[in-house]
Amino acid sequence: MKILVAVKRVIDYNVQIRVKEDGTGVVTDNVKMSTNPPDDNAIEEAVKIKESGKATEVIAVTVGEEKAQETVRKALAVGADRGIHVKAEGIIEPIAVSKILQKIVEKEKPDLVFMGKQAIDDDCNQTGQMLSALLNWPQATFASKIEVKDGKLEVIREIDEGLETIEINTPAIVTCDLRLNEPRYASLPNIMKAKKKPIEQMNASDLGVDTAPKIQQIKVEEPPKRKAGIKVSSVAELVQKLKNEAKVI
Amino acid sequence: MSVLLIAEHNNKELKSFTLNAVTAASQIDSDVHALVIGNNCGDAAKAASELPLVKKVITVEATYYENFLAENFAPVIVKLADNYSHIVCSANTFGKNLMPRIAAKLDTSQVSDIIKVESADTFVRPIYAGNAFATVKSSDAKKCITIRPTSFDPCESTGGSAPIETAEAGEEFSLTKFVKREEVKSDRPELGTARIVVSGGRGMQSGDNFKLITSIADKLNAAIGASRAAVDAGYISNDHQVGQTGKVVVPDLYIAVGISGAIQHLAGMKESKVIVAINKDGEAPIFSVADYGLEADLFEALPQFLEELNKLNTIQK
Repeated sequence: MKILVAVKRVIDYNVQIRVKEDGTGVVTDNVKMSTNPPDDNAIEEAVKIKESGKATEVIAVTVGEEKAQETVRKALAVGADRGIHVKAEGIIEPIAVSKILQKIVEKEKPDLVFMGKQAIDDDCNQTGQMLSALLNWPQATFASKIEVKDGKLEVIREIDEGLETIEINTPAIVTCDLRLNEPRYASLPNIMKAKKKPIEQMNASDLGVDTAPKIQQIKVEEPPKRKAGIKVSSVAELVQKLKNEAKVI
Repeated sequence: MSVLLIAEHNNKELKSFTLNAVTAASQIDSDVHALVIGNNCGDAAKAASELPLVKKVITVEATYYENFLAENFAPVIVKLADNYSHIVCSANTFGKNLMPRIAAKLDTSQVSDIIKVESADTFVRPIYAGNAFATVKSSDAKKCITIRPTSFDPCESTGGSAPIETAEAGEEFSLTKFVKREEVKSDRPELGTARIVVSGGRGMQSGDNFKLITSIADKLNAAIGASRAAVDAGYISNDHQVGQTGKVVVPDLYIAVGISGAIQHLAGMKESKVIVAINKDGEAPIFSVADYGLEADLFEALPQFLEELNKLNTIQK
């Protein structure tokens, strides 16, 4: 069984986001970048399935500028076998990413495609579902537990009301929740080894996919700031303020 | 131009956030049609027809719609989409799972999780966990939009009498099978719509200590929330998680106890009307968004808090 895992390079989750003064976006110069956190869970799960003997190959793929390759390299350092980097500049919308991934799937013919349930930069939560639609494959979104059975997966999904279990035939798409597993860290020897693993590069245009955005970003601004609050000195004062000043209890 | 609103329901009743989605849909265009797909979902369709903002209800029924699988829903919605300029749904797990499957089949770039309708093609949506707001304009002829329910008021739920039409079911998608759903039943208000939310974080130190939160929530008729740290530590189940990857809540009062206030948590609660933070670390980032901050040991403060609440003659419900 072959598993393709899509990873995205995003601003690190610990970075305090700053909006550019001209309103064209957020500051990315000299800002720490990392793999989108739930994509780390996706890689981890694929590698675990391979380690259990149920998969033979894990391929990491990313779409983005030259530096996005770092994200693939990191996936190789934690156990992916080879990488694919589809080069594209600027904002690549989920619909375009899913069309690119569709081309990669048609070429690589994986049994499973894993990725994070949402990217923490644009917070779109679309790509996995869109790819499933284009391939007409089953989709198991927001997965917090995956059990590989013969030609099938049983997946527990995190939904608003609690948990939902579905059974899907492979080939299929799974989008991963942060609760799926605990991603491992890359060891230094594995980081060195990963440098020798192959990463195939191509351009989005080579795949015949138009990546021009269909959504125009008119402006990006800071959200309204909350007015500074006060510190209260006792619980009694707090309850009194909530009752008589804020009038919420 | 008409808007097709995908209703979320449990085959009997509409889910409350459908009312918020109807409000958002009506701000795009007044001709809102509600689509109710399910199995024996006549009651839900009737409830949709009573929403005064809904001009028409379309129902599609089949046994395989019983459990709302996106693989079954998307094809029939795509077929009905011909007559509409916009397809709208709530951005909760139901809509997040479903809408991109529709958008891709329509070759549309979806606009996710909008918090404001500027015009029929321009919307405001939070990005980077709500640390920035983007105003975006869609150039697609047919627009697929999910709305953040807590950013729109619920519409009136009675007084309307829209006609109910039936549409033909689509084919069944046989490669995905529903197995079971484990819903957490509770007498408390739902986390997403509660007027008051009391949340605990890693500072609670154990699941057992959440009893302190529970007793306050009981007193205030509040929902119980949690930070991801508390959920990951196993103190409480994930359906309580508030934040970027959990639920977004906008209660009148949000009480954060033992929560430091990571960006990802703030993303889920910082639009609350009044925020209280109880934390022993005076430098914790949660204080920067709190209207009332109490620097104290929560194990002393929570019992006192309950005591003070017990002293009050009346508490709003």
